[in-house]
Amino acid sequence: MKTLKIEELSKNFGTTEVLKKINLEIDEGNFLVLLGPSGCGKSTLLNIIAGLETINEGNVYIDDYNVSKVEPKDRNIAMVFQSYALYPSMNVKENMVFGLKQAKTSKEKIEEQLTKVSSFLQVDELLNRKPSQLSGGQRQRVAIGRALVREPRIFLFDEPLSNLDAKLRVEMRREIKKLHQKLKTTVVYVTHDQTEAMSLGTKIAIMNHGVIQQNESPEIIYNKPSNTFVADFIGSPSMNLIKGKLNESSDKISFTAEGANFDIPINSYDFNNTSELNNKEVYFGIRPEHIYFKKSNEGDFEVNLRADLSEYIGHEQIMTFDLANQELLAKFPSTIKIELNKETKLYFDLTQVSLFDSITQERL
Amino acid sequence: MQAKTSSSNYKQLEQKSKYTNIFLRWFLYFVLILFASYFIFPLYVMVVTSLKTMEEIRQGTLLTWPSGLNFDAWAVAWGGRGYGAGDTFLKPYFWNSLKMVIPAVFFSTFIGAMTGYVLTKWRFKGDSWVFLFLLFGCFIPFQAILLPMARTLGALGISNSIIGLVLVHTVYGIPFTTLFFRNYYVSIPTELVKAARIDGAGFFKIFFKILLPISAPIIVVTVIWQFTQIWNDFLFGSTFSFGKAAPIQVALNNMVLSSTSVKEYNVDMASAIIAGIPTLIVYVLAGKYFIRGLTSGAVKG
Amino acid sequence: MFKWLEKNLPKIVLAPAVGLISWFVYGFVLWTLYISFTNSKILPKYELWGVGQYVKLWASRKWLISVDNLLVFTALFLIFCIVIGIILAIFLDQKIRAEGVLRTIYLYPMALSFIVTGTAWKWILNPTLGIQKMFIDWGFENFTFNWLVDREMAIYTIVIAGVWQSAGFVMALFLAGLRSVEDEIVKAAKIDGAGLFTVYWKILIPMMRPVFFTSFVILVHISIKSYDLIVALTQGGPGISTTMPALFMTQAAFHKSQVGLSAASAMMMFMAVAAVIIPYLYSELRRENAS
Repeated sequence: MKTLKIEELSKNFGTTEVLKKINLEIDEGNFLVLLGPSGCGKSTLLNIIAGLETINEGNVYIDDYNVSKVEPKDRNIAMVFQSYALYPSMNVKENMVFGLKQAKTSKEKIEEQLTKVSSFLQVDELLNRKPSQLSGGQRQRVAIGRALVREPRIFLFDEPLSNLDAKLRVEMRREIKKLHQKLKTTVVYVTHDQTEAMSLGTKIAIMNHGVIQQNESPEIIYNKPSNTFVADFIGSPSMNLIKGKLNESSDKISFTAEGANFDIPINSYDFNNTSELNNKEVYFGIRPEHIYFKKSNEGDFEVNLRADLSEYIGHEQIMTFDLANQELLAKFPSTIKIELNKETKLYFDLTQVSLFDSITQERL
Repeated sequence: MQAKTSSSNYKQLEQKSKYTNIFLRWFLYFVLILFASYFIFPLYVMVVTSLKTMEEIRQGTLLTWPSGLNFDAWAVAWGGRGYGAGDTFLKPYFWNSLKMVIPAVFFSTFIGAMTGYVLTKWRFKGDSWVFLFLLFGCFIPFQAILLPMARTLGALGISNSIIGLVLVHTVYGIPFTTLFFRNYYVSIPTELVKAARIDGAGFFKIFFKILLPISAPIIVVTVIWQFTQIWNDFLFGSTFSFGKAAPIQVALNNMVLSSTSVKEYNVDMASAIIAGIPTLIVYVLAGKYFIRGLTSGAVKG
Repeated sequence: MFKWLEKNLPKIVLAPAVGLISWFVYGFVLWTLYISFTNSKILPKYELWGVGQYVKLWASRKWLISVDNLLVFTALFLIFCIVIGIILAIFLDQKIRAEGVLRTIYLYPMALSFIVTGTAWKWILNPTLGIQKMFIDWGFENFTFNWLVDREMAIYTIVIAGVWQSAGFVMALFLAGLRSVEDEIVKAAKIDGAGLFTVYWKILIPMMRPVFFTSFVILVHISIKSYDLIVALTQGGPGISTTMPALFMTQAAFHKSQVGLSAASAMMMFMAVAAVIIPYLYSELRRENAS
């Protein structure tokens, strides 16, 4: 039994198709992140799971029950909002038990849940305060507490960290991760921040224009992105995508960048489909962290490229190289000094390479 | 953690909410339309009554549709019955109001704009107190100034004159116009002014070349507010003028109250409509600015 | 010379506004205050007379009726305007199709002068040809509605007309308030299982406290100043049954030649308004400085 199942879901706002035949499944205890840029449909999908938006086509199942037409309060879900949405005229205690009171839960059960959750989240000192008297981090914990007391089947988070400053964001991210590990709840979490997605999720569904681009574990998404959109969205800085052509002969395959005078052999690449590879227009993808300044593995490809720019970010530096007039970014420790405007030897880790069809943008 | 409801409960919940929703929707519209009738009723009655003859009025009820579109009452309301002295009609007073409103709106708006500009873009120690000082003028009951104002107008030789009323309305409009412009300019970034000063622009240049061009929304709100307040005024008009120099609301009240021979309700109604049309037209055309004036002035205090 | 001008230009530009208000508002109020302590009759006398006018004022039956009328009117005016305003605002907040048209209808009375309003309602409430006749002609033969000429009931006609004029304004304030609430709060409430009624009653309306406050202050202010409406609708009658402080003040000064007494009544009105406005302005300014 899947805790959450989305089947052929489509949603339109007027004439705009916001979600196009979405299919999704989650097992219990999983932390699914819906990741994508603004307008990709992730928040709409979350609202539909919650029951706050109507569906045009398709179904939503929670624990195998079709909840497509069921009110939010009867779906056994709880939600944490970006602005926390705490009721301003009520104090923390009233905020947390409001949902339980609406469900006509017994007084004893309410007390029990309240004590349990407020001590767990360390908000028991704050019970009599109003939201306006709390800090951002405290409000967030109260919002999470409000969701926890209801013991829902699925927790929904709608960009809960976006309103926090950078330092607090990192702290709260770890809190959420610890919470999930302890409680083993099923979570659907919406964010546009790929670092958040990678660190929190057990599964990430990357969305763009209402379509799920890839739905896998963070490792697979990072190492084997299914198309150029995913490759570019994940990673900071994102994967280098070099335009060029494949050359296939009877015994080997190589990649030539547009305007380059050298080939990169890619014989060990795991192709999905090995037909019609010769002269195929492709993008050669390699992450900045997989380009080295000295040989690390046997199969590393050596090449001389001119360094154009260096950006220092503390423990690392991002260097820009020129590969046949296309920019190539590499990440090195900042202790390495590389002269600009001169050619340097670089080593590509060919086991970490991705190839994409330049027309379909799909992974080869 | 267990699932709370079974699938059959889900089904029931779906249907129940559908029926209550439809019922609520109908109830909603019913109540809204009921209130709409309460609000429209007087307007309807005014218009309909003004188009009837006194005979029709006596025979029918408030709601009865007029048998024909009879504009006689309107002609009398506007131009009188033509028998010379003792015949009161609105035309001259309409023009009085116009002659009073236009300068008063202009001066009060201009002064309010300059004052709001200074208070927000040329800050100095105690400027909040100055603003509060001026703001107070929005709230005083005018009864507290009627007596001294009457004497002052007399002393200046402009009592019972349109100029006198222009002075009164300009002065007592300043707190409101200042409030509007100050609240508007407060939210315009000071960087704009700073950049202009670095470019060498002086006090007036900044106002006329930079702030004024982007002040259109608040100018509209202020002008509409002032126009409505001044056109609709009765207290100042009736206290500081009488007879020939009176503004239209005073004339309207006089016409309605005077019972020469027989009460002609259709003329009364036509007069009321004529007195109310200018502000009503402004409201219909620029309603949202009118509302913005009401709510922003009120909510921001 | 020019430097000085340039430096002080802002203050110079402020001078007209500040000067005019100092003289015509503060100066005049102080003059009225002073006169209220004299025995002025037709013309102002400047010898102080102590609180004699105030004693006379509160001994005057007409003044006491004015104050009583003001209290009754204000209470009813407040209650009806706020209740109707909230109901209309909540209903209009429900994504109604003709919302724009309805809003225009509820608010247009505010664009009319109190004289026009009074004239219209005076006709509608006309004892022989108004509402009474309407119901009688519809078959309710014994229906009477002559409140306008009934000493006991006339004050309520003023409430009807006043509420008609101002309820739309309260509605506009509450609608703006409701709309300024971020919709995530309503979503959270829905997930918590709150029905529509509970959402408004327990969550949204409590959040409207500032709007209540503002409406209260503005409505009380309008009420204390009521003059035009009374003149047009009842002229303070029948007799003096609907007289109000503003009417009292004008009549004392310009019809009864009791300038001192009139000044005293004006100062009473002033103090009543101050009692409401000053706390309001104080709390608003504190709020603005805190944010």
